[in-house]
Amino acid sequence: MEYFLELFLGGLTRGSIYALIALGYTMVYGIIELINFAHGEIYMIGAFTALIVASVLNIMGFGPITILILAMVLAVVYSCAYGFTMEKIAYKPLRHSTRLAPLISAIGMSIFFQNYVLLAQTSDFLPFPSLLPELEFLEPYAFIIRSSEVFIILTTLVVMVLLTLLIKFTRIGKAMRATAQDRTMAMLVGVDVNRVISTTFIIGSSMAAIGGVLIASHIGQINFYIGFIAGIKAFTAAVLGGIGSIPGAVLGSLVLGWTESFATGYISSDYEDVFAFGFLVLILIFRPAGLLGKTTTQKV
Amino acid sequence: MMGRVNVSKSLKKWYLVTATAIAAVLLTLPAASFAAKNAKPIKIGVPGAHTGDLASYGLPTVKATELVIKAKNEAGGINGQMIQLLTEDDACKPEMAVNAATKLVTSGAQAIIGHICSGATNAALGVYKDAKLVVISPSATNPPLTQSGDNPNFFRTIASDDAQARLQVDFALDKLGVKKVAVIHDKGDYGKGLAEFAKTFLEASPGVTVTIFEGVTPGAVDYSAVVQKIKQSKAEAVIFGGYHPEASKIVTQMRRRGMKIPFISDDGVKDDTFIKVAGKYAEGVYATGPKDTSTNPLTIKAIADHKQFYGEDPGAFFLNAYAAAQAMVNAIEKAGSTDYDKLIHALRNEAVETPLGNIKFDEKGDAIGIGFSIYQVQKGVYVEME
Repeated sequence: MEYFLELFLGGLTRGSIYALIALGYTMVYGIIELINFAHGEIYMIGAFTALIVASVLNIMGFGPITILILAMVLAVVYSCAYGFTMEKIAYKPLRHSTRLAPLISAIGMSIFFQNYVLLAQTSDFLPFPSLLPELEFLEPYAFIIRSSEVFIILTTLVVMVLLTLLIKFTRIGKAMRATAQDRTMAMLVGVDVNRVISTTFIIGSSMAAIGGVLIASHIGQINFYIGFIAGIKAFTAAVLGGIGSIPGAVLGSLVLGWTESFATGYISSDYEDVFAFGFLVLILIFRPAGLLGKTTTQKV
Repeated sequence: MMGRVNVSKSLKKWYLVTATAIAAVLLTLPAASFAAKNAKPIKIGVPGAHTGDLASYGLPTVKATELVIKAKNEAGGINGQMIQLLTEDDACKPEMAVNAATKLVTSGAQAIIGHICSGATNAALGVYKDAKLVVISPSATNPPLTQSGDNPNFFRTIASDDAQARLQVDFALDKLGVKKVAVIHDKGDYGKGLAEFAKTFLEASPGVTVTIFEGVTPGAVDYSAVVQKIKQSKAEAVIFGGYHPEASKIVTQMRRRGMKIPFISDDGVKDDTFIKVAGKYAEGVYATGPKDTSTNPLTIKAIADHKQFYGEDPGAFFLNAYAAAQAMVNAIEKAGSTDYDKLIHALRNEAVETPLGNIKFDEKGDAIGIGFSIYQVQKGVYVEME
């Protein structure tokens, strides 16, 4: 039973990690139906920014909480700048072309960012300081769950709730829903579609950056390639949950995390990916739109 | 114009005369010296990849053998007999290796330093066995070459592919005294290969169980499930085959969960990046790595000689080849001849001081004391253990 609980919590953490990245994927897809393959790279850039900021502040002698907050804020700002610029350069000019064009452009951005960081920083793995404070009351349970895992799970929950509220109850949220339903019509009734899309990218990028900082300090190492692998898994999770749906992204991520964790724990880690993707195929056969996705009729 | 032609013609003539004169002198010199010693030279064959893609693996062995022979001949040869070098190219191809071996045998080679590649070596060994020639390879690492027991005439001055796994298992069982071991790998050729050897060796040891044998996906965001599984399996030590990014994640997660069992890994983890990334969690981790011979005076001398004669740094397997040539020369000297049985006896019993240490060979033909050491992370650096 304890073993089951450990695997359950391990899967929960892993799922929450995927969810932090999957939320950004699903949000961008929900609004403009673009699979932003470079989303994982934004996450990686966030982690690198935080590492650089944290190293500098550490040398300057700041306290751990100040470092965490400043590193997080600067990572978010920097990643947002990248996300915003990326949309303007790589996706906006292609908005009225075929659906494949921005997809290829996204893959191009992904490769570009990886190589940019590879050249500007290093190809080596770098140690990432554990920026998150250790919660003392968790000390006796360290063998089951750690502080950083609690932070990741809580952050995922908070981000999911905030996003849902934002989309349901705010002005910009309403504009986002309008843009998602029908871009031309939204424009006709006076919604500034360009601004809505930019905002979507900024929100998505800031979530990626927060994820980058939390996950990197949980794992303890980064390199230029982490975004790609995490991005693939997060994308899978988003599809599993129903791409475009915010709670779906979280549910899909958790399901994927648990599948992997239990497959490793009870069968073999050699087959971890086999089970994860086998499960994805099964769900898509029975629910083609994903777990919480809405089956919509194709717009013609 | 005419004048120029005449000049070049006369120059050519002059060259020809000089060349013939030099050749004549060169020819008479060794003949004279052999005549003086009243003995035929001992011929050592050096087959290997001397042309093609893999020439950079084969040529350093020729140079190493040349250096050893040159030094020996200058010191008066083996019991007065000079040593002569015969080279033959096999381009690392098994079919060419058989031809090269046959050529060497027919030109009267009495001992062989080579071949370079495992496949070529395996193909050629039969020819040498029939001709009763002893072979020392500086670089053929395929385990069965020695372990199958089919090649009593084969020796090597390099550790076989499974040597790291052997060392890890011996260390875990004999030094650490563990009985239950979890074997983890990264599913790659290198890591999985080593892990499979380790598993085989562990299972062959009485009373030892492999609690789990699992591959992890490189680059995954966390390994908590596999770490829990190691814990659940009640393993007393972990042997990991793979590289440092995965090793540091697994060790970190193990230590953070309060698992203090020994973590033993390989050459791919014996890297300073591992210590840098895993930080305090790297402390106490064991890893196998090539023995450090760079401070051996013989190594320093061999490399200095190479630079002096060839004007460049030595290439791949140079030190292994140097040791092989020294072992062969020493064995011929101690045996008093190149007689098959006497030579094998000498190789197994007469130790020789080489850049790789003081070596002789075991029953199967592997050099004792060559290859890998266990290192442990102590205060942020890898320290070689006894």
